[in-house]
Amino acid sequence: MDHSTYFSLSSKPPGWKTRFSNFIDRTFKIWTILPLILVLIFLVAYPTVQLLRMSVSEVKIVQGKTVWTFVGLKHLYTALEDQIVPVALRNTIVFVIAVVILETILALVIALLVSRSHHLVGLYRTVFLIPLLIPPVAIGTMWRLMYDYNYGFINQVLGLIGIAGPTWTADKKLALPSIILVDLWHWTSFMFLIILAGLESLPQEINEAARVDGASEAQVFRFITLPLLKPTLVTAVMLRTIFAFKVFDEIYLLTGGGPGTATEMISLYIYKVFSNQFRMGYASFLALALAIIISVFVIFYRRIGRRLA
Amino acid sequence: MKKKTFGALFRHGFLLAVVIYTLIPIFFTLGTSLKLFRDIISGSLLFKPTLINYERLLNPSQSNFLRLTTNSLLIAAGTMAVVLVIASLAAYSLSRFNWHPLWNGLIQGIILFIHMMPPVTFLSPLYLISRALNIYDTPVAVIMGHIILTLPTAIWILLDFFAEIPKEIEEASIVDGASHFQSLTQVMLPIIQPGLASAGALTFIFSWRDFLFALSLTTTPRGMTIPVGISSFVQEYSIRYGEMAAGSFFAMIPALLMVAFAQRYIIKGMTMGALKE
Repeated sequence: MDHSTYFSLSSKPPGWKTRFSNFIDRTFKIWTILPLILVLIFLVAYPTVQLLRMSVSEVKIVQGKTVWTFVGLKHLYTALEDQIVPVALRNTIVFVIAVVILETILALVIALLVSRSHHLVGLYRTVFLIPLLIPPVAIGTMWRLMYDYNYGFINQVLGLIGIAGPTWTADKKLALPSIILVDLWHWTSFMFLIILAGLESLPQEINEAARVDGASEAQVFRFITLPLLKPTLVTAVMLRTIFAFKVFDEIYLLTGGGPGTATEMISLYIYKVFSNQFRMGYASFLALALAIIISVFVIFYRRIGRRLA
Repeated sequence: MKKKTFGALFRHGFLLAVVIYTLIPIFFTLGTSLKLFRDIISGSLLFKPTLINYERLLNPSQSNFLRLTTNSLLIAAGTMAVVLVIASLAAYSLSRFNWHPLWNGLIQGIILFIHMMPPVTFLSPLYLISRALNIYDTPVAVIMGHIILTLPTAIWILLDFFAEIPKEIEEASIVDGASHFQSLTQVMLPIIQPGLASAGALTFIFSWRDFLFALSLTTTPRGMTIPVGISSFVQEYSIRYGEMAAGSFFAMIPALLMVAFAQRYIIKGMTMGALKE
C-alpha cells in the first residue's frame, strides 16, 4: 500500500477511481449487508405480505394470469367447518408430544452413556449422524421397505419366530405409532448431538468431588448433572418441538395421511389443499394459522425457558 | 474393578444395539437394491448381488433419474454458492461493524423466524413468485426455496466463526492500509475457512435432502430433483421395490460421504446452529 496518497500535500484532487473505492470502503458496512436485506425482502417480507393477502382471497391462475378475488374471512369459516382440520391438529399434537418426550429421554440416556465411554465414541457419533443427513424421502422409502407386509424386514423377522406380522402403516391403530417409530429413528440423533455437546461442556470437577464425598451415580445425575444440563435440555426440547411441527416427507411417503385420516398432519393437509385441491387461498389461510400458532408457541416457550434456565 | 467392567460391558452393549438398530434399515435397503425381484420376494439372506436395479435407474432410455441427479447437483451447488456469498458478507457486516442493537435484533429476529417456520408456509407465495418470474418448474425456482431453507444455519455458523477472530487482526490490516474489502477477502475469509466448509457442507446437504420445495415448485423432469423422483416410484400401483431401494441408496451417497469425510465440520455446524438460540 502506498501511504503517500494519504499524506500527500499536493492540491491535485484524487481521481474518480480513488474516490469511488474510498466511498465503497467507507460504506462497506452497508454493501456487505445489502445482499441479505434484498433476499429477506424478496424471499421473506414479500412472500409474507402475499400470504396475508392470499389468506383473505381466492387466487386462481387463468391462462397464465393470476386472478385475485377478495373473500374476507370466508376461509376462516371454511376452516371451522372443515372436518379434517381438527383431526390433523389432534394428530399433529399427539405426534409432536410423543416424539419430543421419547426422543429426549432416549437421547439423554444415549448421550450419558456415550459421555462416560472412552472407546468407540467415534463410531457412535458417526453412526448416529447418518439419520440426520440422509434425505427424509430416503428414510420414508427405507421404512416402507422395512414395514412392507409381505417382503418387509420386520415381518420377515417376525415370521421366523412364527408370528404373522400386522400391516403396520396400513393398520388404522398402528399407523401413527409406526410413523412415530420412524421419527425416533430419524431425529433422536439430533437431540443426542445437542445433549452430548451440553454434557461435554460441563465441568467434571464437581462430579468428582461429589463422588469422593460418597454420592452415588444416581445422586450425581439427579443433583448435579441434570440441573447443570437444564438450559441445554430446554433449548433442545424447544427446537425439537418446533421442528416436529414441520413433519412432512416421511408421512407423505409412508401413509399419505392414511389409512383414512389416521396420520393426517397439518403440514401434509396444507400441502394437499394447495396441490391436490388447488385452493391456494384456503391453503394460505391454514399456513398463516400454523405460522401464528408456532410464533405464539416460540414466544411462550422462550419466556418459560428463560425462567427455567 | 469387576463391577466397573460389567458396567462398561452393559453400556457398550446397549449403545451397540442402538448402532445396529440405526444401521439395519440402511443395510436392508442396500441389500434390496442389489437383489433381483425374485430374491426380494423369497426374502432369503443368500442371494447373488446384481447391479441391474442401478443400471435400470441410471439408463437414460429407461428412466429420467440421471436428469434428476443433474438437477439435484445443480440446485445444491447453486444454493451453496449463493448462500455462502450472502451469509459470509452478512456475517462479516454484523460481527465487524457497529450496528445499532435494534437493527441487529431485527435482522437476527427475521432469521430466527425463517428458521422456525414450517416450509409449507412459503409454498403458495413462492409458487406465485415463480409463476410471475416465469421460472416455475426450473432449478432456479427450487434454489429460491432452498435459500430460505439454508440461509439461517449458514449465517449462524459464520457469525460464530467471525466472532472468534480477535478484532486486532482486522484492525492491524486496516492500519496497514488495506481496504475493508481486501481485509475481508485476504485476511478474514482465509481464517474462517473451516466455517465456510461447515456452512457449505450443511447447505449442500440440506438442499440435496429437501423434498417439499422441489415437489411443489416443479412438475416435470425439467426442474425435478432426486427425492421427487423417488417419491414417484412409491406412488405407482405396482411398487418397484428394487429401483425404489436403489434410488434411495443412491440419494444417501452424498450424506454418507460427508459423514465419512467432513464429519467434524458438520457436527460442529449442527450443534452450533442449534444452540445459537
